[in-house]
Amino acid sequence: MTSIDDSRIPGVQDPAVQIHAEAETPRGYGSMKRKEDARFVRGRGRYVDDVVLPGMLHGAVLRSPLAHARITAVDTSAAEAHPKVHAVITGETLAGLGLAWMPTLSNDTQAVLATDKVRFQGQEVAFVVADDKYAARDALDLIDVQYEPLDPVIDARRALEAGTPVVRDDKDGQADNHIFDWESGDSAATDRVFAEAEAAPDQRVVTADILYPRVHPAPLETCGAIADMDPVTGKLTLWTTTQAPHAHRTLYALVAGLPEHKIRVVSPDIGGGFGNKVGIYPGYVCAIVASIVTGKPVKWMEDRSENLMSTSFARDYHMRGEVAVTDEGTIRAVRVDVLADHGAFNATAQPTKFPAGFFGVFTGSYDLEAAHCAVTGVYTNKASGGVAYACSFRITEAVYLVERMVDVVAHDLGMDPAELRMRNLLRPDQFPYRSATGWEYDSGDYPHTLQVALEKAGYEALRAEQADRRRRHEAGERVRLMGIGLSFFTEAVGAGPRRSMDILGLGMADGADLRVHPTGKAVLGISAQSQGQGHETTFAQIVAQELGISPDDVEVVHGDTDLTPFGLGTYGSRSTPVSGAATAVVARKVRERARIVAATMLEVAPEDLEWHDGRWQVAGDPEASRSMAEIAMAAHSNLELPEGVEGHLDATCVYNPPNLTYPCGAYVCVVDVDPGTGAVDVRRFVAVDDCGVRINPMIVEGQIHGGLADGVGMALMQGIAFDLDGNCLGGSMMDYLLPTSLECPSWELGETVTPSPHHPIGAKGIGESATVGSPPAIVNAVIDALAPYGVRHADMPLTPAAVWCAAQGRPLRTDLAIT
Amino acid sequence: MEITVRVNGVPQTRDVEPRLLLTHFLRDELRLTGTHWGCDTTNCGACVVRLDGVPVKSCTVLAVMADGASVDTVEGLAHGAELDPVQEGFVTCHGLQCGFCTPGMLMTTRALLDRDPDPSPATIREAISGQICRCTGYENIVRSVRWAAERTQAEQQSEVAP
Repeated sequence: MTSIDDSRIPGVQDPAVQIHAEAETPRGYGSMKRKEDARFVRGRGRYVDDVVLPGMLHGAVLRSPLAHARITAVDTSAAEAHPKVHAVITGETLAGLGLAWMPTLSNDTQAVLATDKVRFQGQEVAFVVADDKYAARDALDLIDVQYEPLDPVIDARRALEAGTPVVRDDKDGQADNHIFDWESGDSAATDRVFAEAEAAPDQRVVTADILYPRVHPAPLETCGAIADMDPVTGKLTLWTTTQAPHAHRTLYALVAGLPEHKIRVVSPDIGGGFGNKVGIYPGYVCAIVASIVTGKPVKWMEDRSENLMSTSFARDYHMRGEVAVTDEGTIRAVRVDVLADHGAFNATAQPTKFPAGFFGVFTGSYDLEAAHCAVTGVYTNKASGGVAYACSFRITEAVYLVERMVDVVAHDLGMDPAELRMRNLLRPDQFPYRSATGWEYDSGDYPHTLQVALEKAGYEALRAEQADRRRRHEAGERVRLMGIGLSFFTEAVGAGPRRSMDILGLGMADGADLRVHPTGKAVLGISAQSQGQGHETTFAQIVAQELGISPDDVEVVHGDTDLTPFGLGTYGSRSTPVSGAATAVVARKVRERARIVAATMLEVAPEDLEWHDGRWQVAGDPEASRSMAEIAMAAHSNLELPEGVEGHLDATCVYNPPNLTYPCGAYVCVVDVDPGTGAVDVRRFVAVDDCGVRINPMIVEGQIHGGLADGVGMALMQGIAFDLDGNCLGGSMMDYLLPTSLECPSWELGETVTPSPHHPIGAKGIGESATVGSPPAIVNAVIDALAPYGVRHADMPLTPAAVWCAAQGRPLRTDLAIT
Repeated sequence: MEITVRVNGVPQTRDVEPRLLLTHFLRDELRLTGTHWGCDTTNCGACVVRLDGVPVKSCTVLAVMADGASVDTVEGLAHGAELDPVQEGFVTCHGLQCGFCTPGMLMTTRALLDRDPDPSPATIREAISGQICRCTGYENIVRSVRWAAERTQAEQQSEVAP
């Protein structure tokens, strides 16, 4: 047995084993073991790559080695001659079918297989179909593509300079690399406050340039699909890694011209999504075409490098933040200018009217007089995307910007960052609060949540310890520097009200249908798509809570468009806010139908009944009551029901949320930094989240844990950088570093509960809160640790090299391989 | 090449290409899809199985290298209907979410408990540090393994008690 130095590894401070779920299954809400785990721990999950269909062939994608080049010739003859190859599909093949280009989620176009030129390293050029995956890979080497290299556009900050090559010369009238300009807030009012602050002797303007680097969600399961076009029935079944099966079905119908009722999208178990599986990728389309061409099912699974280099990235926001603040620390206004690198195709996944996602919540958790942001999107020779990597549509960038800026303000004013935040946080009596950029925050008690976090962390004692360390450092002792970082975030999740939120014209409402069988067991169909969130358990608990039955008696069906109602799927923390609400509403509809049946059974009027302890009961007579199982059997029996009541016990509903839900949280991070090497250890992380009512606290805490680990990755490790030739420097897990058990501390969680006033059960989304809130806390802690070196800001990822360079007074540019 | 590998106690003989990876042998030839594949570069550990008892990343082992050896996969972990304590620990302590890393985590931590029945949280973290979980943030995996260790010890003590 290797001996381990416990003090070196985080996570040893909390040896207690916390058992959440050993108790009996609760009636409704509460921690309970997940229903889905029985299959997963036995190795009996069913992921796309586990599915094998009779006669199935295997596809592989040939990709561009160059970031920007004109294709002058493609010779597939040798590949076609390979004995195990059934078909080779090129851009030319697809052009003949009108499928060489497809629409993106942002109403741009994206090449399925390149025809004219390649626009990023790793772009899809050809698709081989063979008997097995090894043969398909072999045949890729037999395809000869002639490229004429072009100068690539790699530095986003120079993409709009005159004379820069045009990435999208395929688009009519596109003479430069500009995609869009978008703004939010009152520009004139904001400028007025800034002018006042600049002129006033007791006020100032604080400015910083802040990069949120390009990262990739990197779910452990890569993306893939099996297309099975039945040549007899004309029905296409597509097994695929999608977070939004219904939206994908509609898009395939619109793109490929296939009738929608002849498309069945099956999304079985999904090995993590984090936004990566929202979009439609060229490989899926190629698999469909290949199945049509060969008449057989075709499987395509990408490898890890394909996943990291070609599927949708996230972030890549170059931000300049400005804060107008009094010398006493009252924040008056925030102004932000953003250059957004969208890669070669604008494939950002977000509601149509929000080209910068929900970046408009950059006003954060503070009461501002005015705010304004301007975002400019540009094309570069990099992979497309801009997906919601657990970021709730760019709220990650917004929160990082404002929370980093607050710390820069604290630095410049010489104020404690906790005190500065407490001074400026929204007060509970201001809710519902309309922000300077027009968002209506539903509920929260921010000062209380921050106070709980500070107490849990032992903030004052931490500062005292830090002061002692700094003294020893200054005295020349070789000690690690200690940093304490805070963040306070407001999330805006649960997109969204269909009047203002749609994706390619599809309103962001979600359906639910609920059938209670004669014996009182229920089947719930939902449009949300679990990628590990535990929907089969949580949604059963919602039904159980509403109907007074056990969650064990509710089967949740999802991930099959033939079996579930329409809805836009799971991303942006929208499952509980939208599908969860639909589930509560549909269960209440069933409960009301059950009331009529119970009244008939008890020979009273429905209004004489009250819902009590999971039963319909005659008011004032506890003996006269009926359970849901008794009612369900009666509803299917020969019981004579009142005129107009159809019998059976089922209902459907579509939930169109009236507003987003606004979870919040206060995070405190403690790091130790070795000034000699730049190495950062996250010693402690305290996370106090308020997501309203918690349906299954065990699952909620698991969601938070995962998001915090993601924050460690983004703050310290993960980054997709490029060299100036456009080579992707994060194309494998050797280069794109994801956090392991050794970088993550033992998380310390706390909670406050402020129910959402407009959600049927008072719940708010939680899936992405920790990913949104943790990066600024960690970066703030590292920068705080480096205070003795006079560091004011340094960009993520704060690798040892980046930290060391920052301490030497020359912070790295982390998006490019230049110094 | 013809190889014989004892998989979960059952000898399996197949004619395979020399370049076939052990993970693909298990998944595609034997249809044991509990063993996953995640990265190509031996970083993620979704493919961990036990080769003659030792946890290995089966994406970095050729099937022919396992000729004559014993391979244990997640499918062989439970004893009939009864889960292994590590499986039960993962369910009880919410040590998994999407489930993709879980089979590898289970095989590694089962091997850990076989050689160290009472590992500290730090030892557990070291043991799983070659494996990536994107969902749990690792804390509940550590708790799951501690739960399994404590449960096993409690059962052993109750067995020796009069």
